[in-house]
Amino acid sequence: MSQLPVSLKAENVHKSYRMGATRVNVLKGADLAVHEGEFIAIVGASGSGKSTFLHVLGGLDRPDKGVIHYNGRDLNRVRARELNRFRNDQVGFVFQFYHLLDELTVLENVMLPAMISRSIAGWLASRRTVRQRAESLLEQMGLKERVKHKPYQLSGGERQRVAIGRALMNQPRLLLADEPTGNLDSATGNGILNILDTLNKAGQTIVMVTHDERIARKAQRIVTLVDGRAR
Amino acid sequence: MYKLTLIIRYLLKRRITHFAIAAVALCVFIVVVVMTVMSGLVGEFKQKNHEFVGDCVVGTESLVGFPYYEQFLSDLYESGFVASVSPVVKNYALLSLTQYDVKQGVEILGIDPALHSRTTNFGQTLHFRVAQPEKAFVPMYDPNAIGCVWGIDVILPRNAKGQYAYGDRPAQISLTLTCFPLTAKGALAGVGANPVSTQNFSYSDYSHTGIARVDGYTVYIPLEQAQSLCMSGVEKRVTAIHIRFGPDVGVDEGTRRVGELWSRFKQRMAGQPNVGLLDTVSVQDWMRYRRAVIAPMEKEQVLLSLMFVLVGITTVFIVFVVFHMIITNKRKDIGILKSVGASNVGVLTLFAGFAFGVGLIGSCAGTLGGWLFLARINRIEQWLYEHFGWQLWDRTIYAIGEIPNRVEPEVVAVIMASAIASCLVGALVPSYLAARLRPVETLQSLRT
Repeated sequence: MSQLPVSLKAENVHKSYRMGATRVNVLKGADLAVHEGEFIAIVGASGSGKSTFLHVLGGLDRPDKGVIHYNGRDLNRVRARELNRFRNDQVGFVFQFYHLLDELTVLENVMLPAMISRSIAGWLASRRTVRQRAESLLEQMGLKERVKHKPYQLSGGERQRVAIGRALMNQPRLLLADEPTGNLDSATGNGILNILDTLNKAGQTIVMVTHDERIARKAQRIVTLVDGRAR
Repeated sequence: MYKLTLIIRYLLKRRITHFAIAAVALCVFIVVVVMTVMSGLVGEFKQKNHEFVGDCVVGTESLVGFPYYEQFLSDLYESGFVASVSPVVKNYALLSLTQYDVKQGVEILGIDPALHSRTTNFGQTLHFRVAQPEKAFVPMYDPNAIGCVWGIDVILPRNAKGQYAYGDRPAQISLTLTCFPLTAKGALAGVGANPVSTQNFSYSDYSHTGIARVDGYTVYIPLEQAQSLCMSGVEKRVTAIHIRFGPDVGVDEGTRRVGELWSRFKQRMAGQPNVGLLDTVSVQDWMRYRRAVIAPMEKEQVLLSLMFVLVGITTVFIVFVVFHMIITNKRKDIGILKSVGASNVGVLTLFAGFAFGVGLIGSCAGTLGGWLFLARINRIEQWLYEHFGWQLWDRTIYAIGEIPNRVEPEVVAVIMASAIASCLVGALVPSYLAARLRPVETLQSLRT
């Protein structure tokens, strides 16, 4: 696996938060190299900084210190517009609480990244293609009959599958999943893990955060965060 | 594209948005209705005053008047830009109705009815002689008598609908006008125990100008009678010359040219007896001549506009509060949008567009509501009067026929633009704060 090229690399990442009067150092020099096609699970105790690390890797947050390399560029040094584009078409996020927009239908939620990346003219020119891809993704997720539903009309497992569809909409090189089964029962969670496994087998690079060692074992590589460092 | 989609969904689906739209609509409704009624009243009042005096007045405040006016009338006619002129004597008198034991102080206007009808709308204000204004002072019941025209509110009462109880023909009423005649020096002309001048008239018609002060206190009499009743001296005098300009002459331009004519006329008259009286004369357009009655209404309108600025500030504050609530409620959406690549500008545009939508829909709804209300305002007032005895303006007191309800497109456009701008201003700070939100803050806060 290590022979495949590195798509994302974190070096000596530090991140701290202010909690009231005290400053909490969450990451204290975390390193990670993510190779193309890899399925990595980041595990650690509650509060160990797993989600923070994932957010930093995905450009949702900036580290206090350290470097995130992507395609040879330091994400800390790119302009906001490029970082937005990176989040839009290079990574896809799956969150524990799904984070779907209640005002949009299932289909529109999945199409959202494509809508963001296009102007009105661009959207009008490509909306059929985009719609076909979104419908195809929802079909893969077993949600073909739910395209017109609103998120609040779906079960937890269905919502998470919609979130995975949204994350894959722009064909990102990297899928980042933050406790994707944390809010689901065991059977539904297994279903989600099977989807991730299938995607990885098809070549999708995945970094997943979980506190559950049993779930982590589904990944090819497990990275443990201890004292703010990855081991 | 996502912005347009979300703006439409937020507008349609969020109940709090509907409250914001309702608040904007209500403000716009109030402003449209009150501005229309107030502008209508002021506009109507100005128009009536314009019609009452003509385009321009060469006149003096002095009751003594000024001489040599006939020469100046010739100058005006020869100038080519004047359509018609009307010399007028204005004074005050005591009206006595011997048959009814009524005595009342009135303003008298001595006019030539034919000239005055060509210069002002006097002829159209008459009731019985509207088709023959030159016969305004010829009583129908006695063509040989000297007639006079009354301001309609001098004696005729109005019913609750503002309608007058006209008869088929003018009633046969005799009256006496008494006043103090003045010499060219301003002294009382009469001496001894009887310094007043008295003359009998027969009532011949009503004049209804729609200006309460005029209709309630004015009696029109023939110019020559007014001159003999109120003035004495060798030279005939008047207190004013009312002028109507030709169709292609603007009021400002015409008034300026009359001013030039008057200056030359004064120079030409130098050395004539009592020429000093010409110095008391000023040339004014109708608006300046009637400013004493128009200015208070305009001031009221200005005050009203200031009150609407406060309404606008209230709208801004309401929109600010509503948007603050909406954006606080939408922190999750902002985090999600940013996690999938939405920019700060995109989020700012989304909420600014949302505010624009609230303003646009609210102002359209308010305008439509205002327009519908105004279209029925007189019927509504009538209904309220018939069922509850309530009238916005008591028609037995105020000289208002129907409540003005003509919606001016320019005024509506300004009100709508102001409402939308208010929404944008109100949403500016919350939208900016929303755009600045770090996605990780909102997403992490939702974990707990």
